[in-house]
Amino acid sequence: MNGLLALVLTAALAAPGAAEPGWAKLPGNPAFRSVLAYEDTRDGVRVRPFELMRTPVSNGDFLAFVKAHPQWQRGRVAAVFAESRYLQHWAGALDPGAASAQQPVVQVSWFAAQAYCEAQGARLPSWIEWEYAAAADETREDARQDPAWRERILRWYANPSSRPLADVGSQPADVHGIHDLHGLIWEWVDDAGSLLMSADNRDQGGADKLQFCGAGALSAADRENYAVLMRTAMLSALQAQDVTANLGFRCARDLAGATP
Amino acid sequence: MTFFRNTLSALLGGLLLATAAAAGGLPGDSVYQLTAGFTDQDGHDFHLADRVGKPQVVSLFYTSCRYVCPLIIDSAKAVERSLEPAQRDRVAFLIVSMDPARDDPAALRGIVDKRSLDTRRWTLARTDKAAVRQLAALLDVRYRELADGEFNHTSALVLLDAQGRRLARTERLGGAADAEFVDAVKAALNAAGD
Repeated sequence: MNGLLALVLTAALAAPGAAEPGWAKLPGNPAFRSVLAYEDTRDGVRVRPFELMRTPVSNGDFLAFVKAHPQWQRGRVAAVFAESRYLQHWAGALDPGAASAQQPVVQVSWFAAQAYCEAQGARLPSWIEWEYAAAADETREDARQDPAWRERILRWYANPSSRPLADVGSQPADVHGIHDLHGLIWEWVDDAGSLLMSADNRDQGGADKLQFCGAGALSAADRENYAVLMRTAMLSALQAQDVTANLGFRCARDLAGATP
Repeated sequence: MTFFRNTLSALLGGLLLATAAAAGGLPGDSVYQLTAGFTDQDGHDFHLADRVGKPQVVSLFYTSCRYVCPLIIDSAKAVERSLEPAQRDRVAFLIVSMDPARDDPAALRGIVDKRSLDTRRWTLARTDKAAVRQLAALLDVRYRELADGEFNHTSALVLLDAQGRRLARTERLGGAADAEFVDAVKAALNAAGD
């Protein structure tokens, strides 16, 4: 009898799609309302079901990655993929020093974040996936219209950034079981380079208009959601080799067996 | 004597270049550090590092684009025309599609034929979606796929030196070639040796 139970349990655990502890499954949304309004997304954007890491990638995780992939070590990484401040807060190429294993890794470029996720058989989340996930709070999938939710997130931006970063996962999990989407760090997204928000050349008129092909002027659909708008402004101002002291990442992946 | 010295230094430069490439010794700030595979309009596979040796004018486009993309090719052609015939043979043009789902080699070939691009100098190429993002990031071209399959994107010509390092860019499209950019191309050709 016990043997049978064990067998059933084993089968359940090995079944495709069985949850891994580090990943949360998100159901998606057929018509998610982004804070960004492109001309072609007025009716919402389809977010397919996907998985997202429950916490941002930590120094400990990233150390294991650079050990296995020396071309991403500080001092070895090609300059074209990461600027000179890449991992400068670590004591050495393989020594996080005062940066604890449980703190989120920061000062990583978009290229490095992408390479890390690829090494896990994953990818960076798209902006829309990140925004959709980050709309949740502890009890609701979309808490964005709640002024108290907005207040709480905005308060984080008022914290001095000199304060040491908390460990990953130290804030309560949201309704999906995900931690730290707000209140800890900024996070890279796969399509950071598509957030055509910085110095919107379309407004300048004249020859500059030719820089853009097709429709898609970007405006803010929800101007009250400052916290999320600040994210997009920040990401759109960055180059892919840039690093900052508050910018890290987490990975996403498609659901096993899902058609892309 | 000057001629001899130039020839010698060009030869030595060539040797050094060959050695560096053989050793995988690309400069760290070379765009050719991107190791993704590309395919050209004739179905030939290549890597960016294969293009070491000649300065390149690089840009992104997609074949079904009706408005700005033809201007991208126009602008690159204007740069080509503003060079002396002898200079033209020492520069290459690489235009990569941001629409890998639709732009197969046949679609790229169609543009080569339609625009009468000389494939001794011109390469239209495709790669996978992830590599397009990476290349776009390296060239600082921003783009977003729209719901209807069109793309919203910034447009630029980027000049790379013989080792793939970024030297200059222009976002001025249409009309005459950007004189400053053309000067940069000529300077790169001089630096690459006669």
